[in-house]
Amino acid sequence: MNNKKVTELKVSAIENGTVIDHIPSNAVFQVIRILKLERFENMVLFATNLESKKYGTKGIIKVSGKYFAPEELNKISLVAPHASVIEIHDFQVKNKTVVETPDKIRGIVKCFNPNCITNIEEVPAIFTVVDKDDIRLKCHYCEKITTRNTIEFR
Amino acid sequence: MKNKSLVSINDYTKEEQLRILELAKEFEKQPVQTILQDHVIASLFFEPSTRTRLSFESAVNRLGGKVVGFSEASNTSVKKGESLRDTILTIANYSDLIVMRNPIEGSARFASEISSVPIINAGDGANQHPTQTLLDLYSILKTQGTLDNLEVAMVGDLKYGRTIHSLVIALCNFNTTFHLVSPVELKLPSSVKMHIKEKQLAYHQYTDMEEVIPKADLLYMTRIQRERFSDPLEYERIKNAYNLHRDMIGQTKENFRVLHPLPRVSEININVDDSPKAYYFEQALNGVFVRQALIASILGLK
Ligand SMILES: [Zn+2]
Repeated sequence: MNNKKVTELKVSAIENGTVIDHIPSNAVFQVIRILKLERFENMVLFATNLESKKYGTKGIIKVSGKYFAPEELNKISLVAPHASVIEIHDFQVKNKTVVETPDKIRGIVKCFNPNCITNIEEVPAIFTVVDKDDIRLKCHYCEKITTRNTIEFR
Repeated sequence: MKNKSLVSINDYTKEEQLRILELAKEFEKQPVQTILQDHVIASLFFEPSTRTRLSFESAVNRLGGKVVGFSEASNTSVKKGESLRDTILTIANYSDLIVMRNPIEGSARFASEISSVPIINAGDGANQHPTQTLLDLYSILKTQGTLDNLEVAMVGDLKYGRTIHSLVIALCNFNTTFHLVSPVELKLPSSVKMHIKEKQLAYHQYTDMEEVIPKADLLYMTRIQRERFSDPLEYERIKNAYNLHRDMIGQTKENFRVLHPLPRVSEININVDDSPKAYYFEQALNGVFVRQALIASILGLK
């Protein structure tokens, strides 16, 4: 029993890097895409459908040898509003934060309106976050609202 | 307001909007002037809209200005695949101000960000058409003597009608009581209602228009388009339910007026036209004065 636990820790612990916890199970792959981890060359571990006291189930991602700027991490709040971020240095927890939804979103989300200039010409989509709890993004150009149900990442 | 593009009605504060209406009064008294004689206005209509284009061009011509541009995209470089970015960057060199209509939503905002000269949005798809809103406000001010505390009934397609959306947002600055009449499937969207709620103004929703007419200071009618309905019988039913005819406005307030952004289809019977309470044709004429005021003010001439 004890032995098994030790092995598990060895597999999942990282020496230096970032652990992103409390991701909704269905958002793990979206987070990977937003942070461009599918093209990352260091070790990336992830798990989904883990038991969580708070949320029923959750997902977790561990990225070895990488620390993220807060602006970068805050992007994931659109799909993982309660995600917590832990920085690991030498197997030690150094810094623990919770993501925050930014007021403006630039470049990462696609406007859901096919007739929007951002989907027709080379214009980066910019949104104002009008509702942080329910994720409602107002397009700076066409002024339409992209919601959690219509959100798509570039 | 010098050099300040007008893309959405909210780009101008209440005070700036009132300033335009004040100036429009001056131009109505004296619509023929020479203040634009050294200016070139580009009129870029990427989709045809004869009414709006002629109103702008008439406004410019009566002030002595020159107009360059096109009335549809079909025989221009746009058709050859030129990007909006390149079209705007090029034409900004030839003109002092660009009036643009384009079916792509957000195109006017984008143009205003890259252009070296100010942009007036003459309609970007289903998004915004702010000069229509200014001329509606001017028409309301003229017929009511005030913009404040009015009972405004809006009838028709409240869901897709951008004219309605912008007018509702603009009227939220004036303590309006809204009477919203539409079929259930064409109700005012929550994104627009949000503005009414933010200002804590009263609004009432109806499906039948007859009961609101006696209460209203203004009846703003709009077109219901066939393509909004999958069932043609449903369209016929609704079209007939929202048809204003003369005997319906017999018992209205003295100051009551009927407005419509035009063109109409069947929602106002022609027997309303010669009623003193019909105002929609004068409303269209007001567009010229409002556009003169706007252009003069953006160019810093007034
Ligand atoms: Zn958009």
